[in-house]
Amino acid sequence: MIKKLNSIIPARAALCVALLSAAGLASALELPWDGELHGFVDGRGGVRTQSDPGEDERNLTELRAQLDSLTYFERFQLQIRGDFIYDELADDIEKIDLESGRGFFDLREMNVVFSPLDWSDVKVGRQILTWGTGDLLFINDLFPKDWNSFMLGRDVEYLKAPSDAIYASFFPSFVNIDLVYTPRFDADRYIDGERVSFYDMTGRYVGQDNAIDAEDRDDWFSDDEIAARLYRNIHGYETALYLYHGFWKSPVGYDVVGDAPYFPELNVFGASAKGSALSGIMNFETGYYDSREDRSGSDPFIPNSELRFLSGYQRELAKNLTAGVQYYVEWMMDYDAYADSLTPGTAARDELRHVLTLRLTQMLMNQNLILSVFTFFSPSDRDVYVRPSATYKISDNWSTSVNGNFFFGERKYTFFGRFRRNNSVNLSLRYNF
Amino acid sequence: MKRITVLIAAAGLACNLLGELSVAEIVERANQASYYAGDDGSADVTMTITDKGGSVRTREFRVLRMNTGQGTQKFYVYFKKPADLYKQVYLVWKEVKEGKDDSRWMWLPALNLKRSIAPGDKRISFVGSDFVYEDVSGRSLKEDKHELVETTDEQYVLKNTPVNPESVEFASYTVWIDKQTMLPRKAEYYDKSGKLLRTVEAVKVETIQGFPTVIESVAKDLNSGSTTVNTYSAIKYNIGLNERIFTERFLRRPPREAVR
Repeated sequence: MIKKLNSIIPARAALCVALLSAAGLASALELPWDGELHGFVDGRGGVRTQSDPGEDERNLTELRAQLDSLTYFERFQLQIRGDFIYDELADDIEKIDLESGRGFFDLREMNVVFSPLDWSDVKVGRQILTWGTGDLLFINDLFPKDWNSFMLGRDVEYLKAPSDAIYASFFPSFVNIDLVYTPRFDADRYIDGERVSFYDMTGRYVGQDNAIDAEDRDDWFSDDEIAARLYRNIHGYETALYLYHGFWKSPVGYDVVGDAPYFPELNVFGASAKGSALSGIMNFETGYYDSREDRSGSDPFIPNSELRFLSGYQRELAKNLTAGVQYYVEWMMDYDAYADSLTPGTAARDELRHVLTLRLTQMLMNQNLILSVFTFFSPSDRDVYVRPSATYKISDNWSTSVNGNFFFGERKYTFFGRFRRNNSVNLSLRYNF
Repeated sequence: MKRITVLIAAAGLACNLLGELSVAEIVERANQASYYAGDDGSADVTMTITDKGGSVRTREFRVLRMNTGQGTQKFYVYFKKPADLYKQVYLVWKEVKEGKDDSRWMWLPALNLKRSIAPGDKRISFVGSDFVYEDVSGRSLKEDKHELVETTDEQYVLKNTPVNPESVEFASYTVWIDKQTMLPRKAEYYDKSGKLLRTVEAVKVETIQGFPTVIESVAKDLNSGSTTVNTYSAIKYNIGLNERIFTERFLRRPPREAVR
């Protein structure tokens, strides 16, 4: 393994170094165009802290160089941001797949922003999209997530996967309106067993050798997604209504005929509010997940509809120490129909899945050392996911971090417990320019 | 009513001519001169932080400020350097009413995320420098008892004692205010035993568009041995900012006024 590493690294590393020096040069000199060029080089290595029968012992060995350019034109701005990656653990690194982010190049953003009207902005192209009020819990944010990056321990920015979409915002005086049209479904970069293993509801282990391969949803304009948000400030509270028409973002359905997981149809209707209360910030969010292909709840291969709710509160506990707590619940509709339809040998989910989270962040040494821990705890599933991290800013350009991902659970098949083979720690070194 | 106003103005003018401003007037005018010049304004700030060991960190950002009535203000701070803060925006809606907290947000462009900052200690460091949040947006005048301890030909010297001493790291601070410009030129913060903890000094002042303006200030933390120098350039007042700049729309798409 080491030998292989040695033979491959020089070529790719040379590429990265070349990129870096080009970028460094460009940023040091006056750019020949009206714009800005920035980025970073991030090296990261991680190991599993327990054995996993179907995955590599190391879970991260990568070097990535991100280039971020912003160019101003008279009527619009052009942004291009992409990562060149050398990933020792990836197969077929030469094959670039911009949808899944596989290969040696991951295009994060490539979009133009313009204002067709004084009260409207439009962003067209590849972009990162986020909305909603939860902290690492998402109800109405149905934009693609990269759960592999999240659990492997890449920087948290990689939790958000890019969307290829048209994002139109309108700002009449009484309300703000956001409309997002994604002409071809952008799935989550979901956990498939390739890099992160798991146990399914039957207790079966899924790893590299039996990684799941979902049916594609890639027909232009028919496998499309619409997301909308209406928001406004009411007496200091940020309130919003949401609508989503598309598909479950991970392949949670099972196509019996095609014998493969797939992305069933989904609508979501939701609302949120956020504002200051009790010397802190409070937020509420809810969403009704209308599982369009199984409204009766009797199909065991398609998830039932659900009502989801979260509430959060964050405040400063002491100087440079903040805490955030959240309560989150998923309430499965038509639970009896679900329970009746289960095939023998499949574990049943609970009707209500409760999750509590706690985030603690401590800044030390003139805010150059940041210690944080984020914990998910489900009292109903009796499982835990802990994410400790320490980041130190060595200088304006250099930073280093240590991160961990730890899963505990009484049972193998629960939401976090099923990742019990993926406990890991990693170390990163980053140069920003 | 009108007559009363005129009377008060005349009285105020008379006091001023005699050099006999009341303490309340001095702190109010100093506050106006420091934080409220013009209807709005913008400036480029370079912050150089040098720690005890001599290592240097720099931050560069543009500040847009707008007075939004009754003492409230909005701030839009667009970071250009260092690279890990590039394109991040710090947005503040400052409140002055008692019991009302400022609203603060951070825009994280890589995540496309508007993160609310919990209201909290305004005495913590602003982006790792020796300036604290209150130095940037102003400390409420109601937070301290003010006492005129000396009047020289050029300056008023005020001793300020916090009403709620547990809320701050100092026991008192002394401010030297220029009579002519009403700008505070120096502040010294002391602990309970009278030991000097921290100093903030306006080392260069220029008049820009008729407003006396600090163009270089220095903060020193005597405990840590760290020093921060702020230099201000491209200062402009009354630029006609639109209040809508201070909203989510312009976090997602930074306005021309912030980036160019």
